[in-house]
Amino acid sequence: MRRITAWLLGTVSGVVLLVSYHTSTMGSALPPAPTTAAGEVSPPATAATAPLAGAARSAIAAPAPATPATPATPATSAVPSGDAVVNGAAVSTRWGIVQVQIHVQNGQIVDVVPLAVPDSNGHDFRVNSYAVPVLHDEVLAAQSANIDTVSGATVTSNGYIRSLQSALDAAHLSRS
Amino acid sequence: MTGGRPGPEPPAPTAPRRAWVEQIMGMPISVHLRGPGVGGAAASAAVAAVFAELRAVDAVFSTYRADSDVMRLNRGEVDLAGCHADVGAVVELCDLARLRTGGLFDPELPAPDGGTWFDPSGLVKGWAVERAAAHLAGLGGAGGLDFCLNAGGDVIVGTADDGSPAWRVGIEDPTDLSRIVCVVPLRAGGVATSGRAHRGGHIVDPRTGAPASAVLAATVTGPSLMWADVYATAAVVRGADALEWLDSLAGYEGLVVEPDGRAFATPGFPRAGA
Repeated sequence: MRRITAWLLGTVSGVVLLVSYHTSTMGSALPPAPTTAAGEVSPPATAATAPLAGAARSAIAAPAPATPATPATPATSAVPSGDAVVNGAAVSTRWGIVQVQIHVQNGQIVDVVPLAVPDSNGHDFRVNSYAVPVLHDEVLAAQSANIDTVSGATVTSNGYIRSLQSALDAAHLSRS
Repeated sequence: MTGGRPGPEPPAPTAPRRAWVEQIMGMPISVHLRGPGVGGAAASAAVAAVFAELRAVDAVFSTYRADSDVMRLNRGEVDLAGCHADVGAVVELCDLARLRTGGLFDPELPAPDGGTWFDPSGLVKGWAVERAAAHLAGLGGAGGLDFCLNAGGDVIVGTADDGSPAWRVGIEDPTDLSRIVCVVPLRAGGVATSGRAHRGGHIVDPRTGAPASAVLAATVTGPSLMWADVYATAAVVRGADALEWLDSLAGYEGLVVEPDGRAFATPGFPRAGA
């Protein structure tokens, strides 16, 4: 159980790094392991018994957010050998609080969903069932996206000539 | 863990396609038609009718024309009964929009002279484009024509039959206008995006009178372009809980881009490849 817990925590750390990617443009390097607490992953595991947690906590050099971590939602289930939905601990990073939810099927992690990620001001941004992150790899250069038209904030006549839409129009313009 | 996504889908079989563009209401209006009849007189006439109708609407509603009905109404030269009948219809729709958005959509906006005036532009655009697009929806016939009408970044589409491919609507990345956040495949209905990418803080929070700032851009898609546009504008004003609110709207899905460039969508938001 302990090895599995550590493995899950490692996955959480990896996901923390992933969801922190967009905020890493603030100019700071990513911390080596931005976790301070864990333990809600499976019932027997606590921060005290998870060796990763103590080491990671001491690795945090930046001041922690003023607000304490919101209590993690207790895991609804934590049986890694079967099917489970596990809420990770609310982890304090230098940018704010991050929490992920892990979906386990047949002992395999099949999905990781961010429940909370910090916004650019370090405030807790809660991602709920109504919000799905649009992953960075969906963002495409317009030229490669094979699109017919562009929806954007109001394009004015003055800006039209430089817009993507003008290029898309030009390809089909009627000369009649 | 979510894996990598497949690359762009292969292009659909190419049907004859033709585009028209005019500048009306201070914005580019592009019409794209797709199908075997794009070169015919019926197609040209329908597109001309779209442009003519939008010009007529502009003459009634423009806040940039001193002689428009709306400006004469604002100066007290006429009452509502003295205006074109469309003005009364739009006033009622504005009341409904104010109700449906909890007051976040409001046509009573700051006027250049420091007071407030009635400026329904935020609703008229979607309303007029949706109504004008009816000229294109009638172009079915044998073989049929698909249409895609883009009015300054707000899009309404239709397809002639189930065999027509969806139009691929790219959602502009407000942090980098050469990129798109995702692609919405759309066979009918509207996509509207509101935000600050092109005009600075042009959406005003009626609660504070200040430019809205918590959401950089909001995109809404659904059956009505007018409502999609109203909801997108309200979502930008709403800010932090915009997506939760959008998710509560039956028939409409939304996507918001935050100031740091991250994007979030409602679970039902249609995305190609997602």
